[in-house]
Amino acid sequence: MTTDGSALRLDGQGRPLWLLLELTYRCPLKCPWCNNPLDFARYHNELTTEEWKRVLREGRALGALQLGFSGGEPALRDDLEELVAAAHGLGYYTNLITSGVGLNRARLAALKEAGLDHIQLSIQSSDAAVNDALVGATAYRLKREIAREMKALGFPMVLNVPVCRQNIEQVDAILQMGEEIGVEYVELANIQYYNWALLNRAQLMPSREQIQRAEAAVRAARARLGNRMKIFFVIPDYYEGRPKACMNGWGAIHLTIAPDGVALPCQEARSIPGLDFVSVRERSLEWIWKESPAFNLFRGDAWMKEPCRTCPEKERDFGGCRCQAFLLTGDASNPDPACARSPHHGLIGQAIAAAEGVLRTGEADRPLVQRQARTVWPKMDSGAMP
Amino acid sequence: MTAHSKLQASDCVEIAPAFRFRWEESQGAHVLLYPEGVVKLNESAAEILKRCTGERSVTQIIADLERQFPGVDLAASVHRFLEVSHDNGWIRVKA
Repeated sequence: MTTDGSALRLDGQGRPLWLLLELTYRCPLKCPWCNNPLDFARYHNELTTEEWKRVLREGRALGALQLGFSGGEPALRDDLEELVAAAHGLGYYTNLITSGVGLNRARLAALKEAGLDHIQLSIQSSDAAVNDALVGATAYRLKREIAREMKALGFPMVLNVPVCRQNIEQVDAILQMGEEIGVEYVELANIQYYNWALLNRAQLMPSREQIQRAEAAVRAARARLGNRMKIFFVIPDYYEGRPKACMNGWGAIHLTIAPDGVALPCQEARSIPGLDFVSVRERSLEWIWKESPAFNLFRGDAWMKEPCRTCPEKERDFGGCRCQAFLLTGDASNPDPACARSPHHGLIGQAIAAAEGVLRTGEADRPLVQRQARTVWPKMDSGAMP
Repeated sequence: MTAHSKLQASDCVEIAPAFRFRWEESQGAHVLLYPEGVVKLNESAAEILKRCTGERSVTQIIADLERQFPGVDLAASVHRFLEVSHDNGWIRVKA
């Protein structure tokens, strides 16, 4: 949701305008940049249909307007249609964020009937072999077929493409694919390095030159396409020198509910240890949003250290991303090291150098660590990469 | 989202299919909802978009507003807002 152009153009005035339901962590794909927790397989106790419906009602009462059904793969829940209907009835704008796997024409028709407003379909490459190697499954052809069905039913669509070294040279072909499908939006989402993506960072990160070529291709396509198809280019914060205005600020407008009911200010917040995130099974959503210590921890600017505290840009970027600050520096209240003014900004240069080193030494052929259930992990200390 | 040409006075306009336009009690305002986004509308914008139902031309929308709000010269600003809405993809010309 950090997309330039798709951000909510509205001050939340303390309301969680954007509610994201991660219905399940289960997924048939093994994307090596997955933002689900590394230990996703530990979470078995998904909320029931009735519990999700209660979350929907409580979220709407708090003023939520946009609703995302995400995962894992949300289509693996066979109550998806029922939840969409409930959400539509409550007045949400309903977005399905899917890999397409697990959907078919009949289910899509039922989702249309239930009032689904929009589908964000992920695709990883314009080349079937590259796509399927990246996700560790035979998925490309299925995605193209399901995209056609989605359009045949008249769904507005965003084609979401996670951008990494393995596909960044295909930007032109990817945009052409978007035109062929007839999507309204293409979101080229430079990968954000958390969880699985952080594990694979040196293998996934494109070079600065690759990013610049991709940006030039996007500019040319925008000039050619005008309003026909909008292209969002999610900024690669490692190369920007400026931090992203992550989530529009902690606990400002975004509210994520994990499969087990734990409420989070963003999908990655579980990567910060020691924060007591509360489940909707234990407390009301209103209490969690307004009163819980974890949601209040990084609201406002009293928590900020220097240079954020006196920075003129703090109202715009909120000091960047708390999770990234923790993952790279070991302290979530540090400035996001993606910011050139951060005393830890050198860590970003080191990460870029490591990624370039992988290219130079031929280590680039080393297989990516694909998302899968496992019990032993490479050491992931803050700042220290595997 | 077809290629945009300039909006004609005789064009009948309607809210584009990806968009939902409605009153939102918690905001005390009309809102326009679209894929992953929200626009909160002021009263004048809402009055104009309420009339974008595909049944009225740009000229008729302006005449209708001038009847409702007599004594104010609205034509230029309404036309400008409709142009911007059209460029943003909020409304489309009904085929």
